[in-house]
Amino acid sequence: MKKFIPILIFVTFLLTSCKPVDLNAPIPAFETGVNPDAWAQIPAGEFYFGQHNDIQTTDAYEIMVTDVTTAQYAAFLNQALADGYVKVDGDQVLGYYPGDDFHGVKHEEIIAEGDWLFIPLNDPAQRIKFDGEEFSSQPGYENHPMTMVTWFGAWGYCGYFDEHLPSELEWEKAARGSDTRPFPWGEEIKRENGNFYSSRDPFEDMRTFGSRTTPVGFYNGKTYDGYITLDSSSPYGLYDMAGNVWQWTGNVYEGMHYRFMRGGSKDTYDMDLRIWTRNNATPTYFSPGVGFRCVRNNND
Amino acid sequence: MQFIKDRFNYLFNSTKGLILVAIAMIAVTTAIWGMLSGPMAEMGVREVVIKLFNMDMLQAEREGRIIILYHSIAMAVVAIETYMITSLLKMKSFFKTAINAIITVGYILTMIFGMGFAYFGHNWAFHGVYIFGLSLIFFAGVLLVIALWPWSKEYYQPDNSYSRTKKGVDIERVAFFSTALTTVISALFGAIPGSFFGNGFEVFLAENVIRFPHKTTMQYAVIGHLHIMLALIAIMITLIIGRWLNFKGILHKISMPLMILGTIVLNLGVWGVATPLQPIAHQVIYTGATPSMVAALLLLIWSWNKLIKNGTRHLEKPKFGDKLKALIKDPLKFGPTWQMLFMNFTTSGLGIFMAVRLDEIFRVWPAREERIELTGHWHALSAIIATIILLYYGNIIGLKGKVRQLYGWGIILFSDIALAGVTAFEMKRLFITEAEQQPLVNGLMYAIDFGLGALLILLAIVMVWRLIDLFKKKGKWIIEKEQELSEEVVE
Repeated sequence: MKKFIPILIFVTFLLTSCKPVDLNAPIPAFETGVNPDAWAQIPAGEFYFGQHNDIQTTDAYEIMVTDVTTAQYAAFLNQALADGYVKVDGDQVLGYYPGDDFHGVKHEEIIAEGDWLFIPLNDPAQRIKFDGEEFSSQPGYENHPMTMVTWFGAWGYCGYFDEHLPSELEWEKAARGSDTRPFPWGEEIKRENGNFYSSRDPFEDMRTFGSRTTPVGFYNGKTYDGYITLDSSSPYGLYDMAGNVWQWTGNVYEGMHYRFMRGGSKDTYDMDLRIWTRNNATPTYFSPGVGFRCVRNNND
Repeated sequence: MQFIKDRFNYLFNSTKGLILVAIAMIAVTTAIWGMLSGPMAEMGVREVVIKLFNMDMLQAEREGRIIILYHSIAMAVVAIETYMITSLLKMKSFFKTAINAIITVGYILTMIFGMGFAYFGHNWAFHGVYIFGLSLIFFAGVLLVIALWPWSKEYYQPDNSYSRTKKGVDIERVAFFSTALTTVISALFGAIPGSFFGNGFEVFLAENVIRFPHKTTMQYAVIGHLHIMLALIAIMITLIIGRWLNFKGILHKISMPLMILGTIVLNLGVWGVATPLQPIAHQVIYTGATPSMVAALLLLIWSWNKLIKNGTRHLEKPKFGDKLKALIKDPLKFGPTWQMLFMNFTTSGLGIFMAVRLDEIFRVWPAREERIELTGHWHALSAIIATIILLYYGNIIGLKGKVRQLYGWGIILFSDIALAGVTAFEMKRLFITEAEQQPLVNGLMYAIDFGLGALLILLAIVMVWRLIDLFKKKGKWIIEKEQELSEEVVE
């Protein structure tokens, strides 16, 4: 019998690991002082792109200083629902997408013209609530990045305001500036630079729910209830360009239905926060670790 | 001076000494560099190690560092398998000496100067010596192919209970030969793109380009190279274990031709990935993998049957319990084939399951989840190969009685707990959402870390014991100095 005691302890331990997670556990409320409606001006010209520092060029553009927040997305949905730009179908918010050219490449899937999922409403991790008439943000999450949003939902948001998702070039230039830094703030990463896996921020509890999003602009050098952050803005003053949530980018590549994401997230190790790191998923994918921000041309 | 000379002779001039040095080199590398990734990274150990060893860790060079790290470890594993082959199989003593000497110098230069270049500043002379080390290993591989030539009459198999042709050509030796030959050719599929990419300093990890619809020939060559080299190392250790256990009889006669067929077709498929045959390469690979896996299954059936028969010989009508007891009586003889079977749950079966449900898994999961599955998959296969080597090593160093039981079962249980944890971690998205995964991830991580940690501690104990033994005047090393693995083939 003695032989089985360690095995029993081990099995019991593993079983207790499967206890349900409280997705609505209390969340700290901090005002970061960073305005989510602010835009940063990115000048035209060359910059170093990718891990191997290829020289690339962009025109001038403006990009949001922070990720789109849940409050901003809820406001958009209310406006868009009234305009008929989106519709609620059961537990889903859908919107029109004109479709992609299909090239029949191996593993490529057809993205046809029609209504596509913007956000699911029935997922317990969704922070946007719908009471049958109005969308609202779950209290406490108003200034957190909008998550659980598909690429179509991100594309639709930006498009509604005559903006667009950043291309990978635009995203990377905004994050990196004109030098070859691996992180928006510089050469090395510390826990206080961003929200990544096990970065021990006040929103995280790795014993229970794990990592959660931090309010947009959280890593701005301010101290929150004794938790000291480092100012981790990019050279152009953008926040959360590394960590917190992956950000959808706008490129649609030939022969590929996958859409690319940048920036790493609260759920990834620091290596995924390096500026050139890419992730991708099918455009209907949504996750508590994926959000977006928009870009507008100077003449928009 | 004589003290050092004697030990040096044992460590670098005997099969068992050479295997010990290579295992120790891998153990030290794993112990130090294992602290740079999770869970040590989260605990802050990584920063301490980096400072302690004054490592130079530029963010943009991570992929290059990793490539050199796993090549360094893999070269030591290849060296261990080579020592086993030169000690188990008949060959001219010139070849044995030359192969062992060249591959030893090769892998040690590769490890020391490769890691020196990758982690301690970029001294390009170090990089040159690293490449020189790899070249020596390649050259040793060419010599091994020549030494294993099976069509010389002196290597014919006179015993009809082994797989052989009518003329007497030893089919098992042909299997060793074809595996060695295809390994040397497949090494080129890494060497050529390695030179190409190295010239422009643009390294990449295969798992990061896997979804790109258009890959260059060189990228395909790298992807093919990493898959086939690991498969060939696995095939070679299967042949080695078969030789140690003295695999013979009807199943041997079926198994060996299948192994040769599988190895050749598998290689053709993987080489095809970098050619216009790419669209059908996967079908060819599956066609090749099947006979190889059937051949390994036949070894498993034969060896388990033998263990059961030997262990129940004294009983007139053995019951199921008696048979099971006989099967698991010696973990070092049961373990290698059990690990091969376990591999089907953690690696092969998983791969097939993923392939069958491609549209529900990889087409839906983000690339990062696919990357976890891909890297977990080949880490698991590498770990299984390592444990099979360690189980055989337990027999090589003559573990007996309770120590043999503890060592053998320790390796099997600790590694299987870790690998089961890794498998569940890779597949977690099938049964839990991202938002709700943390407690499960914690539990799995504890299982993985416990398993791997305990395994490393077990290995450390053996290494320390062997180190202490070296200081003894009449230690085990004195006896091992003269022993060859061919003398210890199971009767």
